[in-house]
Amino acid sequence: MSVTVQNVSKHFGRFTALDGVNLHVAGGELVALLGPSGSGKTTLLRIIAGLDQPDDARGAVRFEDQDISGRGAGERRVGFVFQHYALFRHMSVAENVAFGLRVRPRRERPSRADIRDRVRELLRLVQLEAMADRTPAQLSGGQRQRVALARALAVEPRVLLLDEPFGALDAQVRQELRQWLRRLHDQIKLTSLFVTHDQEEALELADRVVVMNAGRIEQDGTPDSVFHQPANEFVMNFLGRVNVFHGRIDGQRAVFGPIAISTPPTAEGASAAASAFVRPHEWDLSRRANGRPGFWATVQRVHAAGPIVRVRLAADSGDAVEAEIAHERWRFLGAIEGEVVFVSPRRVKVFVDGRPSEIFSAGANGHGETPVPADQLDLRRVSLDGALAAWRERHTA
Amino acid sequence: MTNASNPQATLSAASREGRGRAISLPGAALISVAVIYVALFLFMPLLVVFTQALGRGWSAYFSTFKDPEVLAAVRLTLLTALIAVPLNLVFGICAAWAIAKFEFPGRSILITLIELPVAISPVISGLVFVLIFGLHGWFGPWLVKHGWSVIFAVPGIVLATIFITFPYVARELIPLMQAQGREEEEAAVLLGANGWQVFRRVTLPNIRWGLLYGVILCNARAMGEFGAVSVVSGHIRGMTMTLPLEIETLYNEYNHVAAFAAASLLTILALLTLGVKALVERAERRALESSLEGAFAARGEAA
Repeated sequence: MSVTVQNVSKHFGRFTALDGVNLHVAGGELVALLGPSGSGKTTLLRIIAGLDQPDDARGAVRFEDQDISGRGAGERRVGFVFQHYALFRHMSVAENVAFGLRVRPRRERPSRADIRDRVRELLRLVQLEAMADRTPAQLSGGQRQRVALARALAVEPRVLLLDEPFGALDAQVRQELRQWLRRLHDQIKLTSLFVTHDQEEALELADRVVVMNAGRIEQDGTPDSVFHQPANEFVMNFLGRVNVFHGRIDGQRAVFGPIAISTPPTAEGASAAASAFVRPHEWDLSRRANGRPGFWATVQRVHAAGPIVRVRLAADSGDAVEAEIAHERWRFLGAIEGEVVFVSPRRVKVFVDGRPSEIFSAGANGHGETPVPADQLDLRRVSLDGALAAWRERHTA
Repeated sequence: MTNASNPQATLSAASREGRGRAISLPGAALISVAVIYVALFLFMPLLVVFTQALGRGWSAYFSTFKDPEVLAAVRLTLLTALIAVPLNLVFGICAAWAIAKFEFPGRSILITLIELPVAISPVISGLVFVLIFGLHGWFGPWLVKHGWSVIFAVPGIVLATIFITFPYVARELIPLMQAQGREEEEAAVLLGANGWQVFRRVTLPNIRWGLLYGVILCNARAMGEFGAVSVVSGHIRGMTMTLPLEIETLYNEYNHVAAFAAASLLTILALLTLGVKALVERAERRALESSLEGAFAARGEAA
């Protein structure tokens, strides 16, 4: 069952939750709505479910070709899983799962035996057969979430909607449940949308990621494409850690903090605000200037407890730099806090006015990325002597 | 299982400690002041009511309840409570539901209005009804024309009682419903339940203890209300006298035994109410505890 959202806007008082959103989800797809809180992702989910209504008649929700905008939440046959489970607290697990079947009008209601079988089958699916007689309060968070899922699936929904399904769980349970949900989806192939503010979760779990911000969709694509080809600064910033250098492009030269780039002659006379982005894992650290473009920076803090070494550095321009390098590389470098090392980016992405820069992505590797050619990146006026002098000064004081 | 991973064990250990602690001198002083105060102002009146009522023996006591006037007062009191309590039960739930679960213009005004009967003096409440329905009031002439009487009649007493006791159910439910939020009801709607099913199967079970508590308080006030009822009643013996009014009249006629005997009846009703209330509270606490224990058990299992 495909889901189409057309031109949906929603205001709460003066707050714009959704601003003319269009979205299409193909049948059987697992789609993540990813965005910071207040970006409108939960509102979009609630509008698809029928719990909220779009502001005006221009907005429409379709399941396949059927316009269901006028239908109430109870008639849409959607399965909805709430962030805080919303289990019926006075009912047992089995009663919770059976609820959707028991409230059906008598002529559509399955027999008691059928309901019992269906409940058992669903509890087996979510691996909670042994918990059938417990109340929700007697379950752990992850178990509750699975009951909520079984309850939603009991009515054989056409679409499954999950609002921050793992938001209230601790990290380990979240990881397990995430993989389990992916397997379940592959098994039942139900069109599913889930809301999350956790980019890792979205990238790992979903077939497609819809990045939202301030009531709009910023980008809509596969996890790979939104991560590697961010459509704008917001997506670049939101997906993964990143070093941002704000600057300007003036004629032939672009300066972003410690990074200076000669622009190709096509950008004649253009002057615009621009930002350069470097992911932490895309820095090279070395003892000596290695002939590649780069700058000198002081090691300020080293965090080595983890799969990768995180290093915070301060460039002489005053900009903070965050780098992630492999343990072996860090040992080889042998630097300690307070020492000065040479930092060079392997890859820089430049955005002009919030959009990926044509100038810098032209002729790149086709992914819209800007691997910086050595001749385009020149050293700012940072000399080895100057950096050493500064370092000595700090250490004799 | 270590102690740290079993909050239940830690919890009960802590409460055992609390129980075993020795009482300090200032503590003892405070406790005795409290006990003396309670004895003087709460227990003494109770004692007086029963000693006065039984002052001339059991037969005198029981003869009070053979008096048709007293019996009529008992009947009217019960009738009033029987009408006022169910009505306030229904409207209290409606008002609490509207206030707790929906945003609408005038919501805060409604919240304030619900508090009104508690805030103003009952005598004023009674006077308001006289001004509205009395002979010279807004609807008085119209009522007279149609041969209906509200003031100095049973309808007035019932109306005043409904007004006075309106807040009890609603006020009990609003914070409860607000704390529970709307998600469970939304979940029920999404699963295909209609409005009545949502109320019957989800909302009502969740508020049942709070509701019962509100009803008990509402009933206690309905049977005990004096001020507002006194103003609208007109004190017609055997007709518009509720039990509290009857007691006052008997007392003013120096019929002490009868007055205190009738009073003892109200007192017994009040004590029964308190007893039921305590039972409800205990049941509520037990329900909460069992769900907490369950939560601990589940967490212990996970650990």
